[in-house]
Amino acid sequence: MAHVSDMIGKDIEAYLMAHQNKGLLRFITCGSVDDGKSTLIGRLLYDSKMIFEDQLAALESDSEKAGTQGGKIDFALLVDGLAAEREQGITIDVAYRFFSTDKRKFIVADTPGHEQYTRNMITGASTTELAVILIDARKGILVQTRRHSYLTSLIGIRDVVLAVNKMDLVNYSQDVFDKIVADYRLFAKQIGFENVLAIPISGLKGDNITHASTNMPWYGGPTLMTHLETVEIADRRHNAPFRMWVQWVNRSDMDFRGFSGQIAGGAVSPGDRIRALPSGKESRVARIVTQDGDLHEAVAGQSVTLTFDDEIDISRGDVISGTTALPGVADQFNGTIVWMNDEHLLPGRPYWMKVGTKLVTAAVTDLKCKINVNTLERLAAKTLELNEIGEVNVSLDRPIAFDPYEENPDTGGFTLMDRITNTTVAAGMIRFTLRRSQNIHWQAVDVNKQARASLKGQKACVLWFTGLSGSGKSTIANMVEKQLFALGRHTYLLDGDNVRHGLNRDLGFVDTDRVENIRRVGEVSKLMADSGLIVMVSFISPFKAERRLARSLLEPGEFVEIFVDTPLAEAEKRDPKGLYKKARAGEIENFTGITSPYETPENPEIRIDTTKISPPEAAVYILNWLEDNGMLLGFREPGDDTPTA
Amino acid sequence: MQGLNNLQRLEAESIHIMREVVAECDNPVMLYSIGKDSAVMLHLAMKAFYPSKPPFPLLHVDTTWKFREMITFRDQRSKELGLELLVYTNPDGIAQGIGPFSHGSAVHTDVMKTQALRQALDKWKFDAAFGGARRDEEKSRAKERVFSFRSAQHRWDPKQQRPELWRLYNARKNKGENIRVFPLSNWTELDVWQYIYLESIPIVPLYFAAERPVVSRDGTLIMVDDERMPLEPGEKPDMKKVRFRTLGCYPLTGAIESNADTLPAVIQEILLTKSSERQGRVIDHDAAASMEKKKQEGYF
Repeated sequence: MAHVSDMIGKDIEAYLMAHQNKGLLRFITCGSVDDGKSTLIGRLLYDSKMIFEDQLAALESDSEKAGTQGGKIDFALLVDGLAAEREQGITIDVAYRFFSTDKRKFIVADTPGHEQYTRNMITGASTTELAVILIDARKGILVQTRRHSYLTSLIGIRDVVLAVNKMDLVNYSQDVFDKIVADYRLFAKQIGFENVLAIPISGLKGDNITHASTNMPWYGGPTLMTHLETVEIADRRHNAPFRMWVQWVNRSDMDFRGFSGQIAGGAVSPGDRIRALPSGKESRVARIVTQDGDLHEAVAGQSVTLTFDDEIDISRGDVISGTTALPGVADQFNGTIVWMNDEHLLPGRPYWMKVGTKLVTAAVTDLKCKINVNTLERLAAKTLELNEIGEVNVSLDRPIAFDPYEENPDTGGFTLMDRITNTTVAAGMIRFTLRRSQNIHWQAVDVNKQARASLKGQKACVLWFTGLSGSGKSTIANMVEKQLFALGRHTYLLDGDNVRHGLNRDLGFVDTDRVENIRRVGEVSKLMADSGLIVMVSFISPFKAERRLARSLLEPGEFVEIFVDTPLAEAEKRDPKGLYKKARAGEIENFTGITSPYETPENPEIRIDTTKISPPEAAVYILNWLEDNGMLLGFREPGDDTPTA
Repeated sequence: MQGLNNLQRLEAESIHIMREVVAECDNPVMLYSIGKDSAVMLHLAMKAFYPSKPPFPLLHVDTTWKFREMITFRDQRSKELGLELLVYTNPDGIAQGIGPFSHGSAVHTDVMKTQALRQALDKWKFDAAFGGARRDEEKSRAKERVFSFRSAQHRWDPKQQRPELWRLYNARKNKGENIRVFPLSNWTELDVWQYIYLESIPIVPLYFAAERPVVSRDGTLIMVDDERMPLEPGEKPDMKKVRFRTLGCYPLTGAIESNADTLPAVIQEILLTKSSERQGRVIDHDAAASMEKKKQEGYF
């Protein structure tokens, strides 16, 4: 890896310090088959001294065996990776190459020239900042050149190098070069390229790659390498308003609740007011947490963890933004999609859509047109086949926060996935929302669970009593409710008597019905908790999975599992309703404990051993537990005076 | 506004990738091979989930032929960081006494690494495994996605790779599939060394030059790490000042003579060297495109 710098040998530590701050440029090379892409990349690697001696020896021997350069070094062999490709002599997938100079590190997406591989080019281009579009000087602008240029513009790349290659084969003619460049500029204007630099090169001979060509004194611009080393790329994300997709909620312990994500736009500092979307809830940034210490500022591209002053409900897939320059929120938008799958688009079919860290269900409701990438004509279409590009309206199953792709690719780019095969079938770019919903920014609903509970002067929760039939669940639950009522708390008790005969009277006692029974009870208890009540649920609820489901519907700390532990023999001895007797006699099928299993809770919040304490003692025990765990406090605790300015 | 530099961008990208896996997969694991790339990957994992610990265990597939210093380092490091370490060795291989000296590198690698890894992933039902592979290592890797799917038989099909756009990774699996995830895909060897230097990341001392007992085998210097190394009658290992560019099974890992006993000296030597990193690995010397073939068969 013989870098040119003298500093390496003389003062390695100084070299390392200097290179710590080296920048990174990601670019793609695209061109048609035989435009000499692989040769050009091989030459860049070779000229930047990225080829080791053992690789060079292998290259020389390969060049003799398979080379197309009459025994001379065939640079293309350096980069043609997979065995099948080496035999066919064409690149068929996206490959990433790496080289660096004293000024920058480069990652090259080597993208295919063959017409049928548009999807790979779009894939390669999506992570790059600049495109090198290759043209064979002998052939001029081809259909594929237009296609690649259009795709480059579609993915939002604004900096383009037009590398007119194989100048050695046209006698280094300025006329040929000028004509191609003039033709190209006309086309470039149509597709909105802002910065196109044309460079006459020969990848094979090395003209204007790293060394200014002596064969083309008429060209006064930079070499390709000089341009790549010095071009200033304006990253749209840096100048965009603050955005962060919540990727993962970090709960390291009871007191820490951080929101991890990579900053998708702008910058953020502690003290900044933020809004979570689509919910619309606001708070203020408390800390920017990293292992290397808290930061004063985080900028686009950084992966950080934020904490907020208020405990607001935020989860994966939400967007955090500032309180001005907000992203749009909508469930319908217009966009452009590139179809990438052998199975064609089915308008109306639901696909998974991933935008940022959000996964939603999306359907193409209207295929406006497909685009002829050679003429840029818009054509009527019923479907999109592999490698076709269309303008579409998309409808989602719920609103998402987003920006137009042009403003921020991280909040405006999306993929579609097939719901059966799970493969990625399309890439898309959001253009604008349908309806005027982008101007209606959702405000947080002020009347929420906390507000309702607060009005009642309590905290909402669910006390879930589980245990065998006859264990004493309902007896204890009733006593707990009476005591809570006496304390002025608002409660409700759900049990077999008021649920089995009404809401769930269509359900029997086979396993599937038991599951559904508890699912419904879980949902109802969630709604009741949301209304601010202290809800008691007294059901056998024999299966762990359903109890876990009921727990998952609530916020952490709101679900209190109370295992009323009575051994089967004891419950059967009590048999207050004579049910065990009937079950033993075979008159009742699927009776828990006899002919249907009861899965004992492993970690209930409270376990009541009814062979040791009486129901009134159990009720007192539960009340004490609730008090000790802060469940009986009013909503406003001392010191809980978070400003809401 | 000041943009991020190369290492900062790489770090942020790797952290993003790790968090995506943890958010979308049920049971991830980090393959920990104890080498410098694993050291960087582990360091990034500590950062990604801070102040939490990485929410997955480390898995080391132990062929029983690793350098002893690697095993010491492994146990010490996982203990220091308070992470769960799983160690797996192919019991069939042990029963059959498979080793690089008796069976050659190809059989040894297949049984003790490739098959052992499959067994381990199946045993613990891991649905995603982080690996420290980089795209600059070798040609077939250059084409591999960051999220690389393996069939239920752990095979890689380069023709069926999913398009991977922007920062959007598709972690949705079909039944039986599992994912190999490469958070260091876009790092180069130099990036890894620079980052180790910048962040003071602990690495196995074998990377630094020291006097070690070595014998020459087919022009490669092999360290005599234990008594299992077969010596010619009357042969005695030479003490030479050597270090290792990559670490694996000691009989398959060539040492280079070197005086580089500090990190800057090692980096200096790498920058000035004229042979590529994997040259010291005996397994890469097989036929052309051998790595691609191994990967299709389930080698990591």
